[in-house]
Amino acid sequence: MDTALTLNHFLFVSGVLFAIGLAGVLIRRNLIVIFMCLELMLAAANLTLVAFSRFNVQDGQPAYEGHVLLFFIITVAAAEVAVGLAIIVALFRSRETTDVTKINSMKF
Amino acid sequence: MDPNMSAWTVLLLPLLVAAAILLGLKRWSGLSSLLSTGSAAITFFLCIGLARGGVGEVEAFPWLRLGDDFLVEIGFSLDELSRGMMLIVTSIGFLVHLFSLAYMKEDEGKARYFAGLSLFMFSMTGIVLADNLVMMFIFWELVGVSSYILIGHWYQKSSAAEAAKKAFLTNRIGDFGFMIGILLVWMLTGSFYFDQIKEAVGGVTNMTLLNVAVIALFCGAIGKSAQVPLHVWLPDAMEGPTPVSALIHAATMVAAGVFMLARVGFLIEVTEVAASVIATIGAITAVIAALMALQQNDIKRILAYSTLSQLGYMVMAQGIHHGSEAGMFHLYTHAFFKALLFLGSGAVIYACHHRQDIWDMGGLKKKMPITFWTFAIGTAALIAVPFTSGFWSKEAILEAAHHEGAWFAYVCGIIVAFLTPFYMTRLIIVAFTGKARTDDADHAKEVGAIMWIPLAILAVMAIVSAYNPVASGLLAQGHADPGHLFSHFGLTAILSLVGLLVGVAAAFKLYIGKDSDPISIPLFRDKFYIDEMYRGIVAVFQDAIAAFLDIADRFIVDPIMARFPALGALAAGTFFRSFQIGNVQTYAFFFGVAVIGLILFLLL
Repeated sequence: MDTALTLNHFLFVSGVLFAIGLAGVLIRRNLIVIFMCLELMLAAANLTLVAFSRFNVQDGQPAYEGHVLLFFIITVAAAEVAVGLAIIVALFRSRETTDVTKINSMKF
Repeated sequence: MDPNMSAWTVLLLPLLVAAAILLGLKRWSGLSSLLSTGSAAITFFLCIGLARGGVGEVEAFPWLRLGDDFLVEIGFSLDELSRGMMLIVTSIGFLVHLFSLAYMKEDEGKARYFAGLSLFMFSMTGIVLADNLVMMFIFWELVGVSSYILIGHWYQKSSAAEAAKKAFLTNRIGDFGFMIGILLVWMLTGSFYFDQIKEAVGGVTNMTLLNVAVIALFCGAIGKSAQVPLHVWLPDAMEGPTPVSALIHAATMVAAGVFMLARVGFLIEVTEVAASVIATIGAITAVIAALMALQQNDIKRILAYSTLSQLGYMVMAQGIHHGSEAGMFHLYTHAFFKALLFLGSGAVIYACHHRQDIWDMGGLKKKMPITFWTFAIGTAALIAVPFTSGFWSKEAILEAAHHEGAWFAYVCGIIVAFLTPFYMTRLIIVAFTGKARTDDADHAKEVGAIMWIPLAILAVMAIVSAYNPVASGLLAQGHADPGHLFSHFGLTAILSLVGLLVGVAAAFKLYIGKDSDPISIPLFRDKFYIDEMYRGIVAVFQDAIAAFLDIADRFIVDPIMARFPALGALAAGTFFRSFQIGNVQTYAFFFGVAVIGLILFLLL
């Protein structure tokens, strides 16, 4: 077995993380948990970026473009979490529930 | 007027009158009735002219043209047969129109009735003057329609409406066979026109098929001339007004079948099997109808069964080799005396305030002398009292059967010659002699001149129509031959005379002075239960077909045509409804599916 870590290993883990996050978004009922899974999806994307950045070696140094984009994504994610939690709090205040299936007043 | 113009006028004038009445003049019933009677008179005089004049060229009207070689026209055939028949149709038609002026005076559908009579005159003229089978078929059906309209004239009475429907449907069954026959004849000879068929008959090789074709053509006559097994409509057709019965169901329409057989006589001459089938069915009809007449109590029904019996005679004659002229001769004489008998019964019914049961009448001899004597003359002609017209024509038929060795037909003819005097004498004795059995009969009085003048004219014709100046003037296909009779005084004449005397004497013995029928034979009175049998057969088949269709509908058509599309719509609806479910996660799911799809689409 090959003991060295290759790009594929990182991509595989990233893919699995993304899938778990996606499944959680689609299936879980609690708003907070959905939000957490959303963050998980973002993390998976971050991992992919880092992996590509590390294995894309130019003159003995990894390409640091991925790392830079990563910082941006983390920042944006933080801002997004702030806004998202504010919406959730407002929603909770009006609906008294965090169950997402109960929020279906736009139903046909 | 040249023959062409005359013929077209005779055909179309009644149609114009009928159209005029139905399209506008219905409110003025007096005017309508006079118009119709006038047209009948005009056509009668024109036919006299046609009968005396020669045969001119007739312009035909193209009716159906397919391509270059197939052409069916509405044209006329003005030979002796048709000109003579036209005289019968128009003369009796005119007398019936006259009689109806008085008989239907207080009827509220008078205009409609006369329109129907004119439509009938148009249709019957078409049959008689037809020169090809297709035209004959068209007018054949039209006559059926006119009969339906006239039988169902008092349509508010359910029995009349039922009778009209029965007449039309029974006729249609026969017409189906007629159409097959026409097509077979066309296939074998290549033409619809009578003269062309006559020429082509010699070249036909497939005799079996020709026999089948003639039998199929005969089916039309079975329906129209009410032979067994399609005879059931004629007694019920007596629900119509009596003048209608006189015109249509005694003299002309039912004779159309016999006329058609005479027209295609050259086909019958060469097909032996078909000819014997025709003769046999005619003979059977004659006997069965006479048996059924023995026990009927309605005056019109007795006459209807008598008509059936005489039609059986005529058809029988058509099936006998060289008997066609005798059959047509009997048609001519029968038309006169049967119309006379029906109109006479109409006068009786009218005088007795629309009572029709003979056991409700009685003693009418003194109260209605003219009607009685004309009725008696008509009866004498029917039962073939020597030297009346009926005697000569009946003798002609029986002689033809005897001469050609058609033994079954001959025996049946003799049997009927015994039965006919019996039931007709029964009718006269019960209805006219003795004492009045009800008040209506007691208050009967002689009918007005418009009604008894046709009776008188017809009575004269019933006696003289067989003798030569009249017979040849009518272009009747035979004539009385007194000298010949005495030299030919054979078995036939003796047997029929014996039958006459025995029948009359027996009826006298049994019925004189009686108030109710001493004999009771349910089998004859209930018409051999043939109607019930038909109803049962129809019911069985209808129920079977209905059950089958019900199963087919419930288990095959319903799932495929109704449930399957419904399920499909339901499934599609459920699917598309999910796009608007209000649940964010479902939206996210579809979003994800779409993204994956897009990636795949771009990658592959």
